[in-house]
Amino acid sequence: MTVSANWYLSLGAVLFSIGALGLLIRRNVLIMFMCVELMLNAANLTFVTFARELNDIGGQVLVFFVLVVAAAEVVVGLGIVVAIYRRRSSTSADDLHAMKG
Amino acid sequence: MLHLTWLIIALPLAGFVVQLALGRRLGDPVAGWVATAFVALSFVLSVGVYLSLLKVVAPVRSFSQTLWTWIPVSAGPGANGLHVTASLYLDPLSMTMVLFVTGISMLIHMYSVAYMKGDRDFPKFFLYLNLFVASMLILVLGSNMLVTFVGWEGVGTCSYFLIAFWFTRESAASAGKKAFIYNRIGDVGFLVAIFLTFERTGTLEYQAVFQDVNKIGPGYITAICLCLLLGVMGKSAQIPLFPWLADAMEGPTPVSALIHAATMVTAGVYLLCRVNPLLHASPDAAFTVACVGAATAFIAATIACAQDDIKKVLAYSTVSQLGYMFLAIGCGAYEAAIFLMIAHAFFKGLLFLGSGSVIHGLHDEQDLKRMGNLRRYMPITFITFAVGWLCIAGVPPFSGFWAKGDVLDNAWAAHPALWFVGIFTAGLTAYYMSRLTGLAFFGKDRWKDKSPLDAGRDMVEHHSEGSIPAPHESNWIMTVPLVVLAVFAALAGALDAAGPHLSLAHWVDPVFTDTLYSDNEAVHTEWLLAILDAIVAITFVTIGLRLWITRADRPKLESRVLRHSWYLNEIYDFLIGRPGARLAQFSSAVVDARVIDGAVNGVGTLVRRSGTLVRRSQTGYVRNYALAIVAGVVLLLAFALTRTWWS
Repeated sequence: MTVSANWYLSLGAVLFSIGALGLLIRRNVLIMFMCVELMLNAANLTFVTFARELNDIGGQVLVFFVLVVAAAEVVVGLGIVVAIYRRRSSTSADDLHAMKG
Repeated sequence: MLHLTWLIIALPLAGFVVQLALGRRLGDPVAGWVATAFVALSFVLSVGVYLSLLKVVAPVRSFSQTLWTWIPVSAGPGANGLHVTASLYLDPLSMTMVLFVTGISMLIHMYSVAYMKGDRDFPKFFLYLNLFVASMLILVLGSNMLVTFVGWEGVGTCSYFLIAFWFTRESAASAGKKAFIYNRIGDVGFLVAIFLTFERTGTLEYQAVFQDVNKIGPGYITAICLCLLLGVMGKSAQIPLFPWLADAMEGPTPVSALIHAATMVTAGVYLLCRVNPLLHASPDAAFTVACVGAATAFIAATIACAQDDIKKVLAYSTVSQLGYMFLAIGCGAYEAAIFLMIAHAFFKGLLFLGSGSVIHGLHDEQDLKRMGNLRRYMPITFITFAVGWLCIAGVPPFSGFWAKGDVLDNAWAAHPALWFVGIFTAGLTAYYMSRLTGLAFFGKDRWKDKSPLDAGRDMVEHHSEGSIPAPHESNWIMTVPLVVLAVFAALAGALDAAGPHLSLAHWVDPVFTDTLYSDNEAVHTEWLLAILDAIVAITFVTIGLRLWITRADRPKLESRVLRHSWYLNEIYDFLIGRPGARLAQFSSAVVDARVIDGAVNGVGTLVRRSGTLVRRSQTGYVRNYALAIVAGVVLLLAFALTRTWWS
């Protein structure tokens, strides 16, 4: 039995929703980061699926871009998280509302 | 020498420039003498030009000189070009004006050197005076309406500067503004007349306009003449624009003599004489001029009967005499108007300078009720003043008799009612001038007592303490102009009586179109009118003297209405001043504060309020922002999906 593209796409959608939901619900900055990664990879999965379905290498190339950007983002993001943790010894996103209007 | 005409204007103008550059350095009497010298040169030159003009053959005795092209707008499609040159025009009329303007200016410059001695702004006074003479000459010599208008505005500006010369006094400053604003109302009329003339004829040159009089159309001619009348009402202080001239007496006395008696205020008379072909073509306008003149002459004369300030009496008398000139012009008797203008320039200049001498001698006292018996102390001033008094009163054989007689003859020819107003005013004139002379030069030495008469009045500061020192005769710099003017004033009648070929009327006649009303009265009518004039003058002089030498206080003869000049100032204040002030206050309190500030502040408030409102969305919680993004994505998706389904 071959696994059809629909399964991959559904998995991508489920992963993306879990990530989005986690981002909205969780307060811990690290968890929120992981959720963002989850969403990015859900997108990657979708890209790859369509690349194979449509026989277009473009989708796979884009995945590499996403991976690179995600890596860079994690570096910067984790750096910020560490800096914040050093100042406040907390990683709760709700503590960081200094930009309140 | 005719080609040197431009130099007549350039000399006082050069004097102005010299004063501007060096006035302060030249200092007290020198600056005045320098200014006098420039005007004197100008006078000598105009005599030379006059002699040259005499050689030009009579029927076209004129000379025009184009200096440069001023406005060179060439003709465009469907429109006449506006081509105006800065050019001068010399004919018997303007020549006469130039001669007496420069001559009298010279004398008054000289007088001012003594009168203004020790003033803080001595050089500045002569700076303005020179500029005034130059402007007046531009006005007189202008060959087209626009050049005349430049001079017209120039004299108005100088008049403003000189009335407000002692600007630290509140009353002088506001009198200057008053004169300027009244003149401005008139200037609008003059400007509209210029526009209308250009619209109908496509040119502004007087001679070209006069050739095209028939092309203008009767309605337009009347409109132009009435607009000009409004213009000259302002400048020559006619009803209803005359109250400024009384306030103009806040200026130094030489200014009152030169600008507000002899020259500037006669500019209106000159202008109407200059455009006589237009007036001739519009009898309605001419009749209006005559009526305005007669009414002004009468009303101003009544006011002059009840004033206490020696200069105010003379000011209203000037208004009244200007009214006579307008009456003459309205009757088509331009020669008579010019004749009276010249005679008036002499005797009114003389009277003003005489009053200046009195004021000077009494240490700045202007109240007639605080003078008296001055003939003992100031003999030269008294004799010269008396000549002026008899002239203006119309006592033969002095010039006023001839000049006023001329006007009244023509008024009789035009309409007996005008003549009646004229002769009645002549009687009033004789009366109030005799009152003035009687109060100032005869009677008791009232200047000695600190009279209770003035207890309530605010006096000039330095009189309030101590006794007034005895009056003294002025020095020769002031008396020489008085004597010269007195001689001219007494003899000016000869201008008319000199015989048919030498008389002024014969000299200026080519300038004027025929008179409107046929002046074909029988000789015995003329004699009768003249004798009547003389009787009226002598009677009223006697009455005035008898009444006012014996007593200085006759309240019944000085009714409150006349003391307040028919409440004209109050009426204008009520009709124009107060509503204007209310409008200004309304604009300030409501339009500015509510409408304009309201709009500006409203925008600010709106931005601030909406900012406060929108600020709440910035919670600072990342999850809120994320939710907003998710919601946005969902909405976009929903939109995209529904679109695909529907289409």
